[in-house]
Amino acid sequence: MLITGICGRLGKLLARELHRTDRVVGVDRRPFDDRPKDIVHHQVDMRRKKMKDIFRGRNIRAVVHLGVLHDPRRSESERHSWNIVAFQKLLGYMSQYEVPKLVVLSGANVYGPQPNNPQFLTEDAPLLGAQHYGGMRDLVELDMLAQSFFWKHPGTETVVLRPCHIVGRVHNAASNYLRLERPVMVMGFDPMTQVVHERDVVRAIRLALRPGLRGIFNIRGPGEMPLSHLVRQAGGRPRLVPSPIAKVALDQLWKLRLSSFPAQELDHLRYVCMVDDSRARTELEYEPAHSIDRVLKDVRRLRYQLD
Amino acid sequence: MGQGGSIVPFAGWRRTRLLGESPLRQAIRSVGDRVVRLAEEVVGQDIDARIAGIETHPNEVGHDPFGFDPETSRYALAVAALLHRRYFRTQIFGIDRVPAGRVLIVANHSGQLPIDAVMIGSAMMLDANPPRFPRSMVETWTAELPFISTLYPRLGQVVGSPENARRLLQQEESLIVFPEGARGISKTFDQRYQLTDFGLGFVRLALETQTPIVPVAVIGGEEQYPSIADFKPLARLLRMPAFPVMPQIFFGMIAPLPTRYRLYFGEPFRFAGDPDDDDSAIEEKVWLVKSTIQSMVNRGLRERKGVFI
Repeated sequence: MLITGICGRLGKLLARELHRTDRVVGVDRRPFDDRPKDIVHHQVDMRRKKMKDIFRGRNIRAVVHLGVLHDPRRSESERHSWNIVAFQKLLGYMSQYEVPKLVVLSGANVYGPQPNNPQFLTEDAPLLGAQHYGGMRDLVELDMLAQSFFWKHPGTETVVLRPCHIVGRVHNAASNYLRLERPVMVMGFDPMTQVVHERDVVRAIRLALRPGLRGIFNIRGPGEMPLSHLVRQAGGRPRLVPSPIAKVALDQLWKLRLSSFPAQELDHLRYVCMVDDSRARTELEYEPAHSIDRVLKDVRRLRYQLD
Repeated sequence: MGQGGSIVPFAGWRRTRLLGESPLRQAIRSVGDRVVRLAEEVVGQDIDARIAGIETHPNEVGHDPFGFDPETSRYALAVAALLHRRYFRTQIFGIDRVPAGRVLIVANHSGQLPIDAVMIGSAMMLDANPPRFPRSMVETWTAELPFISTLYPRLGQVVGSPENARRLLQQEESLIVFPEGARGISKTFDQRYQLTDFGLGFVRLALETQTPIVPVAVIGGEEQYPSIADFKPLARLLRMPAFPVMPQIFFGMIAPLPTRYRLYFGEPFRFAGDPDDDDSAIEEKVWLVKSTIQSMVNRGLRERKGVFI
């Protein structure tokens, strides 16, 4: 079993769960220092030729693709080369060595927050995430690539997972936002929001690895609530800022490298982008196991360790 | 942070602010409670009991997935009850015809501001037994407006999209639909009580989800804000569906005129057929609903003695 991006928070969690039952091979640019002994880790760039050797020597049963670069600070070309070119190469090896399973972690962000979104987006909803925010383009393209691989290679069971905001002890935008003492909310907007615990996403990936499963699945957390309630329950106090001011301020902070939230992402604080997970419930048999209290407790645990 | 027993002035106040509510919220609550009590006295009905009777489908964390908030809604219902009973002195006919379970309430739209929706909604909440909590489908652009986009979902209003409507009907909820849309509400005074074109979507939705359609005629809305013209360039500039020119505004009368509302609920239609049928087949059913509402409107107009009585 090959896991790309194994040194991320999700990759490590998944590897720790899988290595008892399966032989796990990890690929990442970063080192994996505290790994269990039986995990083979290759510290390589996925765009390098060495990837082919990893496929050649082994009989790989499944690939879990988590090696997606989300950092909005990186340049567009770097993100494109990492997220698209590397993924295309990976897909090439998959078809060449006839790997029977591919699980790709996409996200509900590919639908994009919009004022005219239905309250719950199904898997057939158009991927408009890049419409207002160009930084999403490569993530939407990645999702599309996985979809076209699904149709072109029926021999491989391709699963695309689109979870809502993943939070937990991970350092990503959504978790960092909920850790803030005074998170900014856009005045007059309070969209319903979904979050899901990182361990629930790991469980969904494990369920998706079962043979016979294929398709696109939205992954939802333990219930949705207005953003203000979520912030308060996480122990924060919302700071209400009118949207034009928030936009200008965030733009300036971004330029001065004081914030890593791009101003276009403010739409997440204004419009709904929630997913319907009925397909995951019936076909994947996935149910979120972590309650909202547990989710927010894990988010808060790292509050004062922020650097 | 916050370590040790440092002495901070107003620490107690700060703590209550952190743990409790902001002063603004407390002010809203005290004013709101007063309005609710006033409405209960004037109307003679228990607003809170009516709100408590609402059945929605809360999720695992006790929130309505569409954002309905009982706390905000009780204030809104109190204000609506005062308008309904005192200001517009609404008369209601045949509300017992609304069947239990999923239902589409289809009505004529009028009056520049959607007070007709408020009147139908408060009739369903205050006059129907048991109370029915109707959701109405609002224009998409309201989701882009600050405050409105927060308020509407809390009152149970839903952005109009077929997916949302389908989901709510499958949960056995009731929906208010105005198939005329913005065309109907922004009519000028010379076209009062003449129904404009109906959209076809509501019949397709009813066929697909096997939902009864209750036709409703609303009388009284057209005279609340008589409009003499639609100033289209300004509407385009402000990205509004229409910009009505209302003479009463020039005389300082911002509130709607206190016309008397009359709501006539008709016998429900139960259509059967293919929801993906040709437009012509659907149009027949739409025409049936529309002509029923038009004749109910005409009858209502003949019966009434005056606009304000």
